[in-house]
Order: sequence, then structure tokens, then C-alpha cells
Amino acid sequence: MKHTLVARVQDQPGVLNRVASLFRRRAFNIESLTVGGSETPAYSRMTIVVDTARVPAHLVAANLRKLVPVTEVRDVTHIPTVDRDLALIRVRCDPAARAELSGLVSIFRARIVDVGTDSVIVEITGDQEKVDGLVELLRPRGIVEMVRTGKIAMVRGGTAESADQVNGRQSENAERVS
Amino acid sequence: MGQMLTGAQILWECLLREGVETVFGYPGGAILPAYDAMLDYPIRHVLVRHEQGAAHMADGYARASGKVGVAVATSGPGATNLTTGIATAMMDSIPTVFITGQVPSKLLGTDAFQETDVTGITLPITKHNALVTDASHIATAIREAFHIAKSGRPGPVLVDICKDAQQAKTEFVWPETVDLPGLEEAAPPDAKELARAAEMIAAAERPLILAGHGVLKSGASEALRAFAEKTGTPVALTLLGLGGFPASHPLSLGMMGMHGEAYVNRAIQRSDLLLAFGMRFDDRVTGNLKTYAPLAKKIHVEIDPSEVGKNVAVDVALVADLRVAIEALIPRVPAGRHEAWLKEIGEGRDETRSRDILHQPDGGRLYAAHVIHDLWKATHGEAIVVTDVGQHQMWEAQYYAHERPRSLITSGGLGTMGFALPAAIGAKMARPDAEVWVVAGDGGFQMTSCELATLQQEQLDIKIAVINNGYLGMVRQWQEFFYDKRYAATPMLSPDFVLLAGAYGIAAHRVSRREDVTPAVEAARRSGKAALFDFRVEKEESVYPMVPAGANLDAMVRRPAGEEVQA
Repeated sequence: MKHTLVARVQDQPGVLNRVASLFRRRAFNIESLTVGGSETPAYSRMTIVVDTARVPAHLVAANLRKLVPVTEVRDVTHIPTVDRDLALIRVRCDPAARAELSGLVSIFRARIVDVGTDSVIVEITGDQEKVDGLVELLRPRGIVEMVRTGKIAMVRGGTAESADQVNGRQSENAERVS
Repeated sequence: MGQMLTGAQILWECLLREGVETVFGYPGGAILPAYDAMLDYPIRHVLVRHEQGAAHMADGYARASGKVGVAVATSGPGATNLTTGIATAMMDSIPTVFITGQVPSKLLGTDAFQETDVTGITLPITKHNALVTDASHIATAIREAFHIAKSGRPGPVLVDICKDAQQAKTEFVWPETVDLPGLEEAAPPDAKELARAAEMIAAAERPLILAGHGVLKSGASEALRAFAEKTGTPVALTLLGLGGFPASHPLSLGMMGMHGEAYVNRAIQRSDLLLAFGMRFDDRVTGNLKTYAPLAKKIHVEIDPSEVGKNVAVDVALVADLRVAIEALIPRVPAGRHEAWLKEIGEGRDETRSRDILHQPDGGRLYAAHVIHDLWKATHGEAIVVTDVGQHQMWEAQYYAHERPRSLITSGGLGTMGFALPAAIGAKMARPDAEVWVVAGDGGFQMTSCELATLQQEQLDIKIAVINNGYLGMVRQWQEFFYDKRYAATPMLSPDFVLLAGAYGIAAHRVSRREDVTPAVEAARRSGKAALFDFRVEKEESVYPMVPAGANLDAMVRRPAGEEVQA
């Protein structure tokens, strides 16, 4: 089973290395990991999709939480979230077929963002299923190159207070940092 | 406006404010500014012979005193030599701070002379580490290092300080508080979980306390004793928990696990409620997890949430400081006695007697177990014993009855050979009035025997018992049991330990007969000076009982029952 953990971390040199080192050392299996800025200066947010076949998610979260720069960890797997993955896909496309391709990808709310002599770059944003769907559709045409960001996630609606508590002290820490 | 000081001066200002009196270290190029400044501060510096020794000394200092141990080394090889000691402290959760010099910040990443990525190397073996490139960050880094090392589940913290940061002048401001929003402080135990635990304890008929290192770390010995006595619950101890509950107490069962007594492991397998107090269900105490304590509900009191449910599924988890949790439990549980249960355990104990080497004739041979027993008697069980790793370590655990916390210092998690002598030096520095004994094998002792010079330079009264069997004994035992007696690389030539000690100016005695053990030990105790004993023990003796790795906990290899004589 795959779990999605969202971690709030202090921006410090090597914080990504600490997280990566922990996952490697404990043999936790990362499906994807994204990191970027958060609403608070000096803090970043990581979205980590982890395969929990071997180690349960709460232990992964507890280990993450032990890293000093990690101030909060939430397991958002079982609560409604907005999930997004961004992909850039270079796909073979003769000039004559561009219009048809443009129409096709627009069904996915994707768009052509660059045009070459015999290929185009398609940009798509969406949950992973949607991105996977477009990728499968484009594959027969010849995908030359693809880059995906991995999943980012945010809890929907006003459920921030009721989010899965991965440990008893999480909300307290959340208050402390905000 | 604070005082303008160099980074090196700030380092010592901070260490003094953290209560540091003694540091263990070895100078070198990148840490020279710090050493130069040290001369102006009231710090006792113990010069080691190898940085691994400094790390173990800081560790032994911390284990003996409960205070933070500090070691200092230079960049590159100085720092890498620390790593075995850092990993040892990490595995046993020892509050320690390691200060390493680093090449000047402008040279970072250029493979400069004696440059090593020390924060990279120590990332997985420290609780936290930091690279400091600017003098103005030193005070915060040191303040945070001590706070992190001591808080929650303790551990080692390393601060790597660039040479130019040590040299630069900056305003010294002692940070009154630390700002570490990510650091989890121990919370009080959850009231609902406490109530559930109390219910289970009240309902149990065959309860058993498994007491670990957490008892010592949280200062829970008194609380543990009060709880055990009120509820009439017997107490089994992990290796690192020894001393946390008096060995002479009627409810004390002794050590559990791979080399625990058979009746202790049987009791675990037959118990209906295990109270795991500050222990982490290590593979050396559980044996086969699939068949571990099949009849027991489990209550786990543990300060580190990442240990709960890691190896063994538990019914109630109290994530809290152990002493606080036990004190909260005591008024919630009914007074109880478990006569039938204790009687059953007691019968197993009686049966064990006849198999115990202690009660078997020696036939003129010198057995390590007898040496440890006689040492225990001669020191009235009051010494701090610092062991190395291997057979002698298990015999010490079995035959030296520890009554008080912090009287056994041993490398449990990492099993670091070479630990004993330097850790004993640290322990003696922390508690100069205590009688300190090293118990080491001939193999491990040679890994760090260079620290005999440190011992002499510091004029320390430490007694050293080398349990010399001419083999890497524990490995030999595994080869005997599991590798058809193919003794690959375990027979070992050693120097003449008496001459070796003599070269360092340390009195030494070779003992080959049982009757000479006690008089030799007593004479050395009266001398008030360091002494080394070369105990020439039986070469192919094994530690019994033994649970083979991964076997069921009650599937023990036991010593055959023999004729019983008076010990």
C-alpha cells in the first residue's frame, strides 16, 4: 500500500539529505518525494509517497519526526486531499498532426507549450491517474522524453484540524511553528 | 553589546556554561585554534592515543555520570577515527557532544588537506549534526547540541567547526533559550492509555516486567522498585538495564535474552502480560519474533515513538518518560501478589543451579565465570564494571550481581570491541571516588590497549581484568556451535600482557589458578594504583545458556547438568 506523508521542515542545509539518508538507512521505499517552499519563510514542505509493504506508515512518520529540522508530519492517505503531479512530455508530432494532438490533449486540460520540427512538448497538471492516462494515450505516438514532478498534496476544505494525527504531539508542534 | 571573542573562545565559554569540566581529545591542524584557546579556560583535557578512545571516554563519562560527555578531534582522520565511538553512543542512546575541526570554509569541498565530509559521514550515526562556517553561529550550535543530546531519547550530536570560524572574532552572546521547533519533548503519558494499562495489570496473573536501559536514563530505579513491590511483579532485565533493579531483590530474575538464564526466557514465553519498561525488543532479547511471548499482552513504555510497534506489536503504548509513566501508574494499580507465578519461576531457577558453572567443580581449571564471581565478591559488588564485548561481557552480566544503576557500563547495541578500557577512563574521570574495573577479552583489549598510556598520564586508579583465553572467544563459540568447530581466524596470539602493562608502568599479575584470584585482586585493591590482571582462563569454554540467533526464545542450548558443589 502507498501512503502519502506531508512533512513540514525547516530550510536548513542538508535537510533533504537527512530525509533521504533516513529512508535509505531504514530501507523505507520512497515512491516519490517532492520538496518546495511553504507559506512560512524558512520552512519547506515535502510530499512523500512511501510504499508501506515492509514498514507501517506510522513508523515512517515517527522516524521522520525524529529528524530535528522536521517540525510536523501528517499522513494524509485516508483524508480528502487535492493531489497534483506536473508532467512535461515531448512527443513525436509531424507539423500536420499538431492541431489534432492539441485537440486531444485539451480533453485532459493539458496543452502544447513548445513546438519543434518533429515533436512538441505537452504540459499536464493533475492527479496521478489523469497524468498516467494521458501518458498512455500519447505513448503510441512516440514519447521522446518525459519529466514528472511526483505528487504534491494538500488537505481539502477545513479539515486541517481533523487531519490524521501521526503522533500525539503533532498539532502542538504545528502551533509552535506557526 | 557582548564581548568580542574568537570563535574558539566562544566554544569554551559555551562548554563551561553547559557545565563541562572534562573533555577527551586529540589536537590537529584544523582544531588548533580551539586547543590554543583552551589553555585559558578551567577545562581538564585528557589526551588520548587514538580518537576512538576519546569517543568511548566521552561515552563512558556520560554513562557513569548521566552528564553529557564531550570529545574533541581534528578534521579528516581525527574525525573519522571518532566514528566507531559515535555509532556506539548512537546505538545505546548516550548523551554526547563531539566537536571536530574542519578545514577553512573557503576550502570546503576542494579536497583540501585533511578534509572529510564529517557531517555527511556522521549523518546516520548521530542524533543530529551541524557544520559551522561562521564564528557567530558557534554559540547557538553548541547550545543546541547539548540540548538535543540530552532531550527525549538522548544521543550523540556532532558540531563540525571550520578553522576560520574558530579564528574569527565576533560578539559573544550566550543564547538563553533554544529555538528547536522540530525537537519533540517528552509529553506526559496519555490518561486513557494509563487507565487501559492499569486494567491489564490488575487482570494479569503472570505479569513480568522487562526493564531496559530507559530505567537508568530516566532515573526510574526507585519508581520501578516501588511498582514491582506494590504489584508483586518479577523483573527481568536487558543487558543495558542491569543495575536498574537490585540483583539481590527477591523479585529480580536477572538478564533475559540470548544469554539470559533459561528460567527468565521461559517466564517471558509463559507470561500473560509483559511490561516493557524502557527497552526496545532488540533481536538479542526476543529471539524469533514470530513465537515471542505468544501468551502475553504487551504494555510498552517508551520515550521514542519510532520504537513502538517496530519489532513487537503492543496492546498499550505509553509514549513518555519512563519514570513519569511508572509514577503515574503506581497509584492506578492495585497491590498484588503472584505467589503461584513466582513459585513456578522459582522452580526453574532451582533447576538452573545444577547446570550453573558456579556450582560445578573446577577440576583445577580457571573458568572465566569463577573469576567474575570472585571479583564480584572481592569488590563487594560495589565496583563500576566496564566491559568489552564478547564472552567475558556475558559472563560479567551473569556473574557480577549489579545492585545500583550505572554500575555496569557496556556496549550493547553496537557491540563495540575495544570499548572497555577507554570507556573506563571516562567513567573514572566522571566518578573519581568509585572503584572502576575493566573486564575485557584478550581480543578486544588489544584494539584500544594504547589507552593504557592515557590512563598512566592521567594517573588513574583503574583495575583491568583481561579474560585471556587465546581465542576471539564468542566468535569461536559460534564456530563451535554453528560452523562445525572450524575455527577460522579465531585463535589469537597476544603479547605478554604483564610485560605490556609493565611497559606503561602499570603493575600486572598473571593468574592461572582459582585460588590465586581473590588474593591477587585484594592486594591490588589495597595498592590504590592501576593494575592489570592476565587471567589465563579455559580456552574453549562457552557461554551458557544460549539462544541461537533467530531461534525461539526458549530453545536454549544449555550446559549439561553436573555434580553440584559449594561455590
